[in-house]
Amino acid sequence: MSESSITAVPESGSDQAQVWQMYRAVVGVGIACALVIVIVYEVTRPIIQRNRIELRKQAVLDVLPGAEGSAAFQLTDSGSFASVSVDSDAENVVFAGYDEDNVLVGLAIEAQGMGYQDVIRLVYGYSFESQAIIGISVLESRETPGLGDRIETDEQFLRNFESLDVRLADGGGQLAHPIEFVKPDEKTAAWQIDGISGATISSRAVAQMLNESATWWIPRVWKHQADFLRDRNGQQHGN
Amino acid sequence: MGSSMAIDASDIRTSPGSDEFLKGIWQQNPIFVQVLGMCPVLAVSNTAKNALAMGLATAFVLLMSNMVVSSIRNYVPRQVRIVTFILVIATFVTVVDYLIQAIDLELHKSLGSFISLIVVNCLILGRAEAFASRNTVSRSALDGLGMGVGFCMALLCLGAVRELLGNGSLFGMAIFGDRFQPWVVMVLPAGGFFALAAWLLLFSWIAQVRARRVKIEEATS
Repeated sequence: MSESSITAVPESGSDQAQVWQMYRAVVGVGIACALVIVIVYEVTRPIIQRNRIELRKQAVLDVLPGAEGSAAFQLTDSGSFASVSVDSDAENVVFAGYDEDNVLVGLAIEAQGMGYQDVIRLVYGYSFESQAIIGISVLESRETPGLGDRIETDEQFLRNFESLDVRLADGGGQLAHPIEFVKPDEKTAAWQIDGISGATISSRAVAQMLNESATWWIPRVWKHQADFLRDRNGQQHGN
Repeated sequence: MGSSMAIDASDIRTSPGSDEFLKGIWQQNPIFVQVLGMCPVLAVSNTAKNALAMGLATAFVLLMSNMVVSSIRNYVPRQVRIVTFILVIATFVTVVDYLIQAIDLELHKSLGSFISLIVVNCLILGRAEAFASRNTVSRSALDGLGMGVGFCMALLCLGAVRELLGNGSLFGMAIFGDRFQPWVVMVLPAGGFFALAAWLLLFSWIAQVRARRVKIEEATS
């Protein structure tokens, strides 16, 4: 103990010069590295943003079977929905999917929450007709390869989201049954999600973020579902 | 990193530039001879595309970090060299991460957290420590390039075999047609070990045959 404390304290001028050299090297390289990262980040950010929007557009069509086109709607202060550009990255936006006859298929809504490693972002499809979640697509996840990332690939898990009941209680203010996470193969009700054994944390995270997002969004979009309808020519009703 | 330490002696020896480049591809191939960086090798070699992307990303980080480490080698005191090297490597890995996101988000998704894990690929720190910190910039660049190309080629060899057998395709294009029954195990983690073992077998067999031929030549001359 005493020995190491002696060597750690610079005693002579040459020791101090050595400490200064180390300091200079690490801090100097650190600053240079930080600069490089900032420059690359700034240059690639708009491109990455564009890629994300492209991916999201594709995901919207994926989670709404039969949808051919999509439009974006932003929640306004009054509680109604106003049409915005699909390319916008504004907050509180939902996406409506339409089939080739401009009939509303459903809404695609983004949800995010903490997974095992990092934030998981996904899009889920909601159908007014069946009052159910009809598909999910993971946009971003860093879950463990082979374990947690099975939330994207496990067929049995994804079957949970072919028709996940999110019907509203009488009065329309809240979900009749919150989305519940159950252990693998213990699903008994349409609003329950079967977990994946070996990926419990990741699959529970998906259930939780869906529940939070659905509890918040579904009553709001249900109340103003007329905002999303189109006529045969593709004109928005509300606008 | 044990094996990279073991080859120090041959690294210090002076040799023509082309040797620096070629040794990484054949004699000291990072995967087939040194067996370094196995984590990404086994994990993301399930398709040829993933393998190529991972190989190129690693090669880029290897080349850049070798050059930078070599150019600052006289300026960094010994005591803090590992910290500084890791800093440099982590910077280039972050750069690669952003570049891949900008090029193809789907690819970024399929490589997942393995891009960030290039930081701890012992091949890169091994070359920085064993070679770049003791050699000139140009030789270090050649070494990094050679090792990078060798790593990339080896990864592609693995990825191609695994995708071909496990999925019946190469770079996403069907090769064997509909009648082919894919060996699913090859794209699963176990398949990585099988493919790697087969390649290692092939390489050591070639080395043995060569050694025997040299012996015979020596005996007859």
